[in-house]
Amino acid sequence: MEMKNISKSFPGVKALNNVNFQVKQGEIHALVGENGAGKSTLMKVLSAVHPYGTYEGDIIFEGEICTFKNINESEAKGIVIIHQELALIPELSIAENIFLGNEQEKRGVIDWKRTVTEAAGLLKKVGLQDSPRTLAKDIGVGKQQLVEIAKALSKKVKLLILDEPTAALNEDDSENLLQLLLEFKRQGIAAILISHKLNEVTRVADSITILRDGQTIETLTCEGGTVSEERMIKGMVGRELENRFPARTPQIGEVVFEVENWNVADPLHPGRKLIKDVNLQLRRGEIVGIAGLMGAGRTELAMSIFGKAYGKNISGTLKKNGKPLDINSVSAAIKEGIAYATEDRKTYGLILIDDIKRNISLASLDKISNRSIVDQRQEILEGESFRKKLNIRTPSLLQKTVNLSGGNQQKVVLSKWIFSEPEILILDEPTRGIDVGAKYEIYSVINQLAADGKAILMISSELPELLGMCDRIYALSNGTITGEVAREEATQETLMTYMTRTRG
Amino acid sequence: MKLSELLRNNMRQYGMIVALMFIVLLFSILSDGILLRPLNVTNLILQNSYILVLAIGMVMVIIAGHIDLSVGSVSAFIGAVAAIFMIQMQMPTVVAVTLCLIMGALIGAWHGFFIAYLKMPSFIVTLAGMLLFRGLTMVVLGGKSLSPFPAEFRLISSGFIPDMPFLGIGSYHALTLLVGLVLSAFVIFSEMKNRRAEQKHQFGVLPKSLFIAKLVAMTAVINIFTFVLASYKGIPNILVILFVLIVVFSFVMNKTVIGRHIYATGGNQKAAELSGVKTKRVTFWVFVNMGFLSAVSGLIYAARLNAATPKAGTMFELDAIASAFIGGASMAGGVGTVIGSVVGGLVMGVMNNGMSLIGISIDWQQAIKGLVLLAAVGFDIYNRNKSS
Repeated sequence: MEMKNISKSFPGVKALNNVNFQVKQGEIHALVGENGAGKSTLMKVLSAVHPYGTYEGDIIFEGEICTFKNINESEAKGIVIIHQELALIPELSIAENIFLGNEQEKRGVIDWKRTVTEAAGLLKKVGLQDSPRTLAKDIGVGKQQLVEIAKALSKKVKLLILDEPTAALNEDDSENLLQLLLEFKRQGIAAILISHKLNEVTRVADSITILRDGQTIETLTCEGGTVSEERMIKGMVGRELENRFPARTPQIGEVVFEVENWNVADPLHPGRKLIKDVNLQLRRGEIVGIAGLMGAGRTELAMSIFGKAYGKNISGTLKKNGKPLDINSVSAAIKEGIAYATEDRKTYGLILIDDIKRNISLASLDKISNRSIVDQRQEILEGESFRKKLNIRTPSLLQKTVNLSGGNQQKVVLSKWIFSEPEILILDEPTRGIDVGAKYEIYSVINQLAADGKAILMISSELPELLGMCDRIYALSNGTITGEVAREEATQETLMTYMTRTRG
Repeated sequence: MKLSELLRNNMRQYGMIVALMFIVLLFSILSDGILLRPLNVTNLILQNSYILVLAIGMVMVIIAGHIDLSVGSVSAFIGAVAAIFMIQMQMPTVVAVTLCLIMGALIGAWHGFFIAYLKMPSFIVTLAGMLLFRGLTMVVLGGKSLSPFPAEFRLISSGFIPDMPFLGIGSYHALTLLVGLVLSAFVIFSEMKNRRAEQKHQFGVLPKSLFIAKLVAMTAVINIFTFVLASYKGIPNILVILFVLIVVFSFVMNKTVIGRHIYATGGNQKAAELSGVKTKRVTFWVFVNMGFLSAVSGLIYAARLNAATPKAGTMFELDAIASAFIGGASMAGGVGTVIGSVVGGLVMGVMNNGMSLIGISIDWQQAIKGLVLLAAVGFDIYNRNKSS
C-alpha cells in the first residue's frame, strides 16, 4: 500500500501537505505525531471517510490506484479502520455488532444461526471467550476493542488501521491487543498503528512514520528496537519557534489559587479515578500551562475545579488567597472569581442561536441588572466595548454566534468570562481550530489579562503554544502531574517525556 | 437602521402579524363583515381566552426546551375541583379560586420535579400527567357534570368592566373609549422616551417618517379595537386578565434575569449550566408556572361554561402547542416569544370563528387548522434555511 503526495484541505487549514506513506505487506507500521499533526486525517483519507476527489494525490493498494467513494468500497478491498471512539451499538449483541451493515441474510431474513456461529469463530481468533449473544454494553472497553477487531476480521481485512487503540485500555488489555497485532502480522495482515504511547510503538512496530504539521518528516525502520523514544520525540516536535507570540514581561505576584490533593472519579464508572492527587499553584499575573496528551484528564481536571461541573466523588481542597473555598456549583465558582472557557465552544461555550451580546452577558447578568431586571442598554454598551477591545469582527452585536468564525466565537467566549471579572481564568484549548492571525490576537488578550493581575491556567495540546505563552508548565499524564517545568528550562522534548511518562 | 434590515431582522414577528391581519381580512370579506362586528369580536375574546392563557405558559415551556401535554387535563381537573369547592362545599369564591391556583402550581411542581431533578423526558412525564389528571377529573366528578357556579365566579368569564356613571355617550361604552385613549398616550410616550434614549447612545433608530407611521398605526389599531368593544358592552373582565398576563410574562421573558435564564437553558443547556445558570431550578419553575396558568385557564373555562364537566379541556394542550409553534417557537428550544404565541393563538381562534361563520363544518375546520400549522412552521423553517 502506498499513499503518494496526499494533500487535504479543510476550510482555512491545510491538514495534509504532500504526505507520502508506504506500508509493506504484513508489517506493523506506526504513525506518530503530535495532536493535530494530521494522523487521523491521513487515515480518514485512506479509509475513504474522506472519499476520492476530496483530496489530492493517489492511494495505491496492491498495485492499483484506488478511487473509493465510500467506506464500503474501501472495506471491500480489505482496508478497515477502527476509530478512536468505539462505534459499537451498546444495546445490540456482540454478534449483531460484528455483522452490522454486513448482515448474514438470506433474501432479507437474517440467518441467526450463521451469524452466531461465525461470530463465535471470529471471537475465538481475537481471543475472546464471551458468548456472541452478550450485549456490547455489558463487556468492558478492552473487550469492546477486541469486538471491533473481530468486526474488521469479518470483512476479510488485509490492512487494519487502529487509531489510538489502547488509549482507553489498562495495561493488561493493551498488552493483549498488541500480542494480537503481532499474531495477525504472522498471518500476513498489515496494520497501521496510531499511538501516543511511544513505548508500545517501539515494541511492536516494524517501521515508524512521523508526521508533523501535515507533512511526513521521516520514516524510520526499526529492527530489534533500534529507535528510541527520544529519537521519535525529536522528530515529532522538532520545529522552529517563529515569532508567533506577542512579547510580554511577566509581573508575577503572590500565590492566589491552590489546588491540593485533588481527586476526581469518572461519573459513569465511579470506581475509576480520572484525576489522582493533583496539586497546583497559581500566582497573580502568572500564566501557567497544563501539557498533556488527549485522555490525560486535562479537561476533567479543569471542569472539576470549576464548580464540580464534571466528575464524581471529588475530593481535595481549593484555596484562594490561602483560604479554603467551598464551591459546589458553577455559579458559586463564578462568584468566587473562577472562570472556565471550554475547549468545545460550540457545545459547551455558546448559545449558538443567541446573539453576541446575550452570550457575553450570560454569566454576569447580575452586573447589568437592577432587582433582577436586565438593563438592555447597558448590555449593548458593555457588548460594544468588548467588541472593540477584543476586535470581534461582526456587523452587529445582534449577530447570532452560530454565524461567526471560530476565532470570533472564541473572542465572544473570552468576553463572557472577562466580563465576569474573574481572578482565576482557566482556558481550555483557547486557540483550537483558529487561524494564525486570530491566535495572535487571542494570545495578546491572554497576556493583557495576566498583566491585569489575573492568574491564568492554560490547557493546550500544542506544545509550542505553551512554551511561547506560559511562565510555568505542569505536565499531566494519566490523571497525575508528572512534572513541573519553569519557562527557562522547558523544551518540547522535556515536556513530551513527562507527558508520555506513566506513573501508577 | 434601514427598513429592509428591519424587516429582515424581524421577519418572524412581522410575518405573523401580517398573517393574522390577512386572515382577519379574508374572513371579514367572506363573512360579509360579521367577523368584525362588536358582538363577534367580544365573543372571539371570550372563546379564545383560555387557550391564550395556556399558550403563554406553553411557549415558556417550549423555550426552555420541553413540552407539556398535560395542560388540558390539568385545566379540567382544576375546573372540577373548583366545582367541588364552590358548589358542593359552598366555599367563598375567593378562597376557592386561591386554593385552585395553588393546587395548579403544585401540579406543575409535581411535573417539574420529575423533569428537572430526575431528568425524565417532559413528553413522558406530562403524557402521564395527561392521563392521570383526566382520570382524577372523572373520579372527582363521579363521571357527571356539576353546575351551576355562583354568580360572582361566573363574572370572570361573562362580566364586563362597568362604565363610569354620567359618562354615557349615546350607546357607546365611554370608559372603554377612554382606556383606548390613555393606552395610546402611554404607547406614544414610552416609544418616544425609548427613541430618545437610544439616540443618546447612538444606537440605530427608525427614520423619523417611519417612526411616526408606526405610532399612527399603533394608535389606530388600539382605538379601532376599543371603539368596536365600546359599541357592544365594553371591556370584558377576561380581557383585563389576559392583558395583564401578556404584559407581565412578556416583561419577564424580555427584561428579567430569569427570562434570560429560560432562553439560555433551552438554547444550550450545557453552555447555560457552565455559565452559572441553575438550569434544573429554571426548568422546575417553568413547569410550576405552567401548572399555575393551567389552573387559571381551567377556572376561566369552568366559569364560561358555568359547569365542570369530565370532558372539559380536551385537546387544549394541542391548541396551546400549535399556538406556540405558529407563533415562531422552535421545537429545539431557546426560540419564541410570548407575543408570538398569543398571535399564533389568535390566528387559530380567528380561523375557527371565521370558518364557523361562513358555515364550514367542524370536521373541515380541524383539517384546515392542521394544514395551517404545517404551512406556518414550514414557512418559518424555509425562511431560516434561506437566511443561514
